[in-house]
Amino acid sequence: MRRDDCANCRRPALHNRVACAKCGMTRKSLAVLVIDENHIRASIIEAGLREAGHEQVTVVHDVAGIARRIAEIEPDVIVIDLENPNRDMLENMFQLSRVVKRPIAMFVDRSDQASIEAAVEAGVSAYVVDGLRQERVKPILDMAISRFNAFSRMARELEEARSELENRKVIDRAKGILMRSRGLSEDAAYTLLRKTAMSQNRKISEIAQSLVTAAGLLDPGES
Amino acid sequence: MAAEHQINAGFIPLFDSAVLVAASEIGFAAREGIDLMLSRETSWANIRDRIAIGHFDLAHMLGPMPIACNLGLTPLASDTIVPFSLGLGGNCVTVSNALWAGMAAHGALPDLDPARTGRALGALIHERAHAGRDPLRFAVVHPHSGHNYELRYWLAACGIDPSREIEIVIVPPPFMADALAAGRIDGYCVGEPWNSASVVVGTGHIATVKATIWKTSPEKVVGVRKVWAEKHPDALSALLRALHHAARWCQDPANRGELAAMMAQPSFLDLSPAMQMPILTGHLALGGGAELAVEDFFLPFGKAANFPWKSHALWFYTQMVRWGQVKHSSAHMALARDTYRPDLYRAALKPLGVALPGANAKVEGALTAATPVGSAGASLVLGPDGFFDGRIFDPDRIDDYLAIRDWAMPTG
Repeated sequence: MRRDDCANCRRPALHNRVACAKCGMTRKSLAVLVIDENHIRASIIEAGLREAGHEQVTVVHDVAGIARRIAEIEPDVIVIDLENPNRDMLENMFQLSRVVKRPIAMFVDRSDQASIEAAVEAGVSAYVVDGLRQERVKPILDMAISRFNAFSRMARELEEARSELENRKVIDRAKGILMRSRGLSEDAAYTLLRKTAMSQNRKISEIAQSLVTAAGLLDPGES
Repeated sequence: MAAEHQINAGFIPLFDSAVLVAASEIGFAAREGIDLMLSRETSWANIRDRIAIGHFDLAHMLGPMPIACNLGLTPLASDTIVPFSLGLGGNCVTVSNALWAGMAAHGALPDLDPARTGRALGALIHERAHAGRDPLRFAVVHPHSGHNYELRYWLAACGIDPSREIEIVIVPPPFMADALAAGRIDGYCVGEPWNSASVVVGTGHIATVKATIWKTSPEKVVGVRKVWAEKHPDALSALLRALHHAARWCQDPANRGELAAMMAQPSFLDLSPAMQMPILTGHLALGGGAELAVEDFFLPFGKAANFPWKSHALWFYTQMVRWGQVKHSSAHMALARDTYRPDLYRAALKPLGVALPGANAKVEGALTAATPVGSAGASLVLGPDGFFDGRIFDPDRIDDYLAIRDWAMPTG
């Protein structure tokens, strides 16, 4: 019997839905294991899986003792972030019969090169138990890809906001130095920074940083 | 001036990526008109995936890995060829202090002699089995690796069945020392500097080394996407010349300081320059104060280290068959042999007038001493290339080699 055949009538279930298309019996939902060292990203994935109706979701942050967990959970699908340095160890473990009852292999849809690329670019991969139907796994991988991308975007925006804030602080300090040392107004100080940046083909924040550093060197009390 | 060729390459933080790193950092690639972009990766699986989807054109790979890809043994496999080897030797087998004490009680000495330490380990393993204790656990970096095969070869020749009498698990190289210190594993086989890493902190002993199990034996290679190589023959040729010059630079003792400092940087190994010296000098601290100089411990260039011998590919193939990773067939054997491409190496280096081996394969274990060999244009020294158990691997007699059942050396 294939893993995703109906547990009641044992016929292949035709659709990816909760009830068997043949006998109407409720199907066992897939057990999904998420292995991600990043706690925030893991909870975003977990939430996505639960929203999609997956009730058996387990999240693991640390691979210590993972073999025992896999034997307990018997996952149908395992989602792993590609930055995890233990991928080689995990892939090997998935093939060992003393850990898993059936071999688990990376989910690769050979007819869908774009989806493979999207997964690697997003930094996520899915591993599935032998015999599981492609159409039941694809939505999980797609969801993981979009959530991984959303997380990266969020992290990038956060980083941009943080460096924007840093830039603004350093420009304010540079303006302060110019106002004090040259007796300029705030507007004039900013205009001077902007003009200098333009003529040197550099960013205002870079010019500001140079000025703050130079001022600190000339007068330790200034920085 | 913009570079003529843009090449993206992946590597894993191990010292034997040095030739690739030097090609990029010291400027050998730029001199050949190549902008070589290196990306550090965290797993061999990532290297494989990024090669498969074309993020990387080529990468630092375990010697057997491209063969496994071509044989379809890995997920997301793509056709990969090997036109260049990144060096010979460089690995050690390191064991915990407790295991070393047990081995020493059975006659192991700090001399790295594979036969003696192996016999001691065998006696200890059989004693533990009688006492009903759990089997020892060893780690290697990947199932398709020289580490896995040389560890198994060594143990089997010493009368230990590596598939049943010990457990072999996979641990990433930078985690080996910690896993040993924490008692999660009893020993491991890995490249430097991850053996010296355990010795320096006093949590491990180097029991034996690749360079004594099989002298001048293959390790890492440059694996290239076949489709990329076919589309960009000029870029590949230029890169092989850059790697040749980089490898020569890495082998030169005069550059050791600079090379160690280069590899020590946070973007490469992120370990002190002093930790890079054992592999460069072959002078190893074994643990417990013992030290030993190992001849040909790691060769990034000497003894035709960069030549992709078909006999190396075929030996890896025999180990895949031996340990049940693939079934033997003439088609599989041909795929393995054709993975290594000495023709591309020759074509790229011919214009340089450097010494090239006369053949594409050799009988491994035939040379018991360093031997000058006839080659096109200039002189070349090969060997010694012997296996410690005295066996010979003849690439023309694979079936005979695979038919061997009793691999244990005679005892006594």
